[in-house]
Amino acid sequence: MINIKKQEEVFFKVLMIMSLIIIMSILFLIIGTIIYKGLPALNWDMLSKLPGGGFYLGKEGGVLNAIVGSIYLIIGSLAISLCLSVPLVLYINFYLPKKSIFASIIRFSFDILFGVPSIVYGAFGFALMIFLGIRASLLGGIIAVALLIMPIMMRSFDEVVRILPRDLPDALLSLGATKFEMIKVILRQVMPGLVTAILLAVGRGIGDAATVLFTAGYTDNIPTALSQPAATLPLSIFFQLGSPVEEVQNRAYASALILTVLILFLSLSARYFSSRYSKNKI
Amino acid sequence: MLGIAFFSLLLLLVIGVTLFLKALPIMKEKSLWVLLTSGNWKPFKGEFGFLPYILSTLYVSVIAIVIALPLALLTSIYLCTYASKSIRRIFEPIIDLLSGIPPVIYGVWGTLTIVPLIANKIAPHFVEFSSGYTVLAGGLVLAIMILPLLISILLEVFRSLPKEITDASLSLGATKWQTVKKVMLRKSSPGIIAATVLSVSRAFGETIAVLMVCGNIPLVPHSIFDACYPLPALIANNYGEMLSMPNYESALMLGAFLLFLIIVIFNGISRLTLNQIEKRYSL
Repeated sequence: MINIKKQEEVFFKVLMIMSLIIIMSILFLIIGTIIYKGLPALNWDMLSKLPGGGFYLGKEGGVLNAIVGSIYLIIGSLAISLCLSVPLVLYINFYLPKKSIFASIIRFSFDILFGVPSIVYGAFGFALMIFLGIRASLLGGIIAVALLIMPIMMRSFDEVVRILPRDLPDALLSLGATKFEMIKVILRQVMPGLVTAILLAVGRGIGDAATVLFTAGYTDNIPTALSQPAATLPLSIFFQLGSPVEEVQNRAYASALILTVLILFLSLSARYFSSRYSKNKI
Repeated sequence: MLGIAFFSLLLLLVIGVTLFLKALPIMKEKSLWVLLTSGNWKPFKGEFGFLPYILSTLYVSVIAIVIALPLALLTSIYLCTYASKSIRRIFEPIIDLLSGIPPVIYGVWGTLTIVPLIANKIAPHFVEFSSGYTVLAGGLVLAIMILPLLISILLEVFRSLPKEITDASLSLGATKWQTVKKVMLRKSSPGIIAATVLSVSRAFGETIAVLMVCGNIPLVPHSIFDACYPLPALIANNYGEMLSMPNYESALMLGAFLLFLIIVIFNGISRLTLNQIEKRYSL
């Protein structure tokens, strides 16, 4: 009897360690495959040149249009979602009573918004653009991506503000600070948490293809105005991979490598900031 | 600030209503039941049957969750009960990194490894020919994509269990695995179900990665080695060209609306369950 118990214990422990190893190796397999395929095709031209004539047939050029387009797009949408989510988080945490129903309804609705898939944001963005009379452009992409990343930013920033000890605002208020002055101090305290939230949101926004598919359009040039279409890295990977020409496909792998490196950098720095934050916790 | 608060509350409603209004023209023309159960997709003739897409989405998501759930359960139980602190410290960034990788990269990886694997190694044992772009490929890629979400929610669920009940079981002489099986899993079953539902709804909405590995043929798939065409892929693939055909846009918007509705319901139920669990034990 005891023997069976023991065997069951060992059996499941082995299974667990195996699943741990499987998950770990999947990550390394993904990154390894992308590096193995992407590195040979990666060169300075990829990063620094616009697609030249016949680029999609395997001739000269790079994906600078997509890199710059992605950066423009993410800066714009980050600005919008920051302006909306930071005041919102501060409002539901410090202006509403502690166990406010309104606050929990807002949190709940953002939890649901977080789960809404990017293709739905894309479709909604597109419908909105038709309604407003905007064509596929940088502006359209910015609006759609801002909608996509706002729940992520709001929820992860809210987590940080929520676990802030209540003594800090109380102490500030009892010293005679106004609510606005209190918020200035608190913002400094939760800054690393905000940075983590931003990095997470940027990581998600920059890698998403389905939202920008109809809203931002695609172009071989760098957009110079909000009304022009903008290329993005995920879409550029997607389109290049669809090409039958082998060199173009190799470039897709190289672009995938660029995107992966960018995302890994963002995730690792998000992790660094959040661990630094937990070290400073009062 | 109050304005922003109201705006954000309205957002969910606005998205739903917009998609619904856009989908209205096609629903006026044909009954919803016909649209959902017909297998004919011929936009040129004005026939829009969503059945192949709905079934494809279901099959792919079911495969994904069947593969991902055992892996995620085993991993999160291990991390919660058996693992030392250093293993946890190594493993948590790995989950973070996995969840950070963009869908399009999963898609590229899927076409590079999973698709050839299925076409050359797995499928020949079962069927005569398969291109590799199949239901199974979509399910596998999706399984990997929902793993990080599933693991992190399961970890939260297990951690919210009060330590006293597992301690009580251990002190009565149960082995660790018996405690896991008879106490942890049983006590946290609502949380596990909620986590599963949440991950399934994530799988429903995944677009680009699935689109790249599923083959995209609008027929009802008969085996896991057939190509399929999930709903999000349909929307993504056809958006540019639909404006020239009557009702095409409306049909696609109906697809988006269905997706939105199902996901909001799934998310709502599972989030409510998870919130309740958190509240019950945090007192």
